[in-house]
Amino acid sequence: MFLKRLTLIGAFITLMGSSVYAADCGPAGQSIRILASDFPAIHAVAGAAEGNCGAAAAEFNRNHTTEARQIMNAAQTPNPAEYTSVIVANSTLVQLMNDGLVRPLNDLVGKYGGHLKQNQLITIDDNIMAIAFMANSQHMFYRTDILGQAGVEGLPATYDEVLAAAEKIRAAGIMEHPLVMNLKVGWNVGEVFNTIYLAHGGDFFKSGSAEPSINNEKGIAALNTMKALVEYAHPDHLTQASDQTQGLWEAGKAAIGFMWGSRGGVILDDEGSSEEVVSNTVLSGAPTVTGGSIPGATLWWDGITIATNVSDSEAEATFAALVSGMTTEMVSKHNDDAIWLIDGFKPGPAAAGVSATASGGAKSYPMFAQMGLLHNALGAELVDFLKGSESAEQALTDVEAVYVAGAKDAGYL
Amino acid sequence: MKHSTFFWFILPSLTAMILFIALPIVSVFIQSLHIEHEQVLIVSESCDPFGCEETTSVDTEASSKLRAEKPLGRFNGLKTYTNRMILAFDEVGEAWRTTDSFRVFWDRVFNLPFYKSLTFTITYTIVVTPFVLILGFFVALGVNNLPKILKGPTIFSSLLPMIVTPLVGSLILFWMVDGDGVIGATLQKIFNDNSLSLKASPLLTWIMLMVYGVWHLSPFSFIVFYAGLQTVPQETLEAAMIDGATKLQRMRHVVIPHLMPLVIFITLILLMDNFRVFEPILGFSAEAHATSLSWLIFSHLRESAFPLYNVAGATSMITILGVTILLTPVLIRTWRDFNRKGH
Repeated sequence: MFLKRLTLIGAFITLMGSSVYAADCGPAGQSIRILASDFPAIHAVAGAAEGNCGAAAAEFNRNHTTEARQIMNAAQTPNPAEYTSVIVANSTLVQLMNDGLVRPLNDLVGKYGGHLKQNQLITIDDNIMAIAFMANSQHMFYRTDILGQAGVEGLPATYDEVLAAAEKIRAAGIMEHPLVMNLKVGWNVGEVFNTIYLAHGGDFFKSGSAEPSINNEKGIAALNTMKALVEYAHPDHLTQASDQTQGLWEAGKAAIGFMWGSRGGVILDDEGSSEEVVSNTVLSGAPTVTGGSIPGATLWWDGITIATNVSDSEAEATFAALVSGMTTEMVSKHNDDAIWLIDGFKPGPAAAGVSATASGGAKSYPMFAQMGLLHNALGAELVDFLKGSESAEQALTDVEAVYVAGAKDAGYL
Repeated sequence: MKHSTFFWFILPSLTAMILFIALPIVSVFIQSLHIEHEQVLIVSESCDPFGCEETTSVDTEASSKLRAEKPLGRFNGLKTYTNRMILAFDEVGEAWRTTDSFRVFWDRVFNLPFYKSLTFTITYTIVVTPFVLILGFFVALGVNNLPKILKGPTIFSSLLPMIVTPLVGSLILFWMVDGDGVIGATLQKIFNDNSLSLKASPLLTWIMLMVYGVWHLSPFSFIVFYAGLQTVPQETLEAAMIDGATKLQRMRHVVIPHLMPLVIFITLILLMDNFRVFEPILGFSAEAHATSLSWLIFSHLRESAFPLYNVAGATSMITILGVTILLTPVLIRTWRDFNRKGH
């Protein structure tokens, strides 16, 4: 007990003595409640905010859960809302905005956001709705030793080159299924289609409306590319999401991966895998179609929002605390946890893939209000095609039919 | 018992049933008749760290005004039940008109999510229920004939599959049947086929789910039968023995008739349970090859951004209807028995 108290006092003194206490925390004595997903970069930002302004606030609660996306709308609808801030990504911002649960931040940015960069501001028609702090996207992972063994020169940059490399690895008898992708039925399989469809230059909706427009040549071409890739994927691919694909990679059972950038740091660290795998893993940009220029990936950002249904002073205190965490010091302490959008980030090998994908001109995950419905339909209806029991045309017809039925019920059509 | 005494006796549980079961079902039914208000969409320009794009967003002020006026949404009648998400009258009708062989017609119908789920749910119920009954019965017989000292531990270990939470049990098996898991790798070795995967083939997935269902539920029928076996009248058995009945004949003419009411009871519970099969599908990540009605409801509710309450509600109503239809024959039989005994 005595020791515990001593450490507490010690921590308090350090806090008082360090410069961070000088952070501008806005109105004192407010309640700050944050709902966020659960990965290291978000812990870093929210933790820095708590370190800076936790003492000035009456309470500072952080709920980090991978289920954040499922509970956020229900939690934020009542007045006062359960959380003063939700940390969101592209799609979840839309999810909250559809119900009007986030407030514009223009005034607060003017008051507390002097150190934020212009490209951190997420705007919808000049209203700042969120402040992004990190970027993420899917991209390629390669095992250079295995590519070398199979006689592949350089890193594949197009889907055709990826397929050719996979075939060479298979033909050389090194691996029967050299490719890993997140193809779990539902959100993941839909997302893979999105990336390949964007690489083919496709549009999801007819301009300005909620009418779907994926049942076209580009959609069919994207599906055929997807099918060709799946031939080289692990037989259980329809049950595999990020954790499983990362596991296969770290176990040395794959040579070509299409995975999230946020897994790069975890794979390249010295835990969970052998030296052979880690030292030969190289991250590179998402592939394009042959002759095309758009990398097949969706760019994501993660950022903070402030709830509509809380008092102005709580909103102000929450905002001040959170942006006080987005500093160069925080980034330098957690450099390899994410691809930071904040000044002071030094891109390491784990950031190479996302950087190449973003600078190659990949598209952001679309921010259409009705995108989630289409994504769900894709996730459910493409499976029959991948299993080989349905044609590409039929699969896309099904997707559109499911989407239209859902969109009508939800009031978008 | 006097009728009024009976009434006061069941009043508390009746109230709870009405409040927590009957009324919610009514409210789910009402919900299933309504759909969301029209969303007022506006085209806007959105900018993020990677550039600006033209997108659509919801005019929340206009939308929330509509919602405040009519919180239930727009009345849609039974259209939710008949549209593509559920019974799909139009699609099924068209498939009937445009296909000439039953096989092609069935393929088209099976492509619709509801019929796909219904097929699996019914198959699962029909296959798992008798297997659980029979397996449980034989386990009970076996345990009943064990020496006393072994009975306790055997009963406990036979009950284990049911004690393990369904989700945990299926997750453990999920990893065991993985290509790198104990069972999966052994199977690959036996058949000498490195791409053999229980998770990749629809047929093997179905079999795996049903075997899991039998494994998980057998202890239930075992323990009920075992309790029943303790009450088999010894005098009748002895009389049969004196009459020269063989072991098989005693089983056939004394033990099984004595256990018949239990068979009906277990069948009733199993039919209900199996028709609502859900956890194994989630635990085995089997959505690609097998979906059940309960899973369908879950997936419609799950998507927090766009929960389709009407579709989930309608699917629930149909599930309740399905359970009722399944139980009717058993209930009628019980009712007849009851009347016969009453007079």
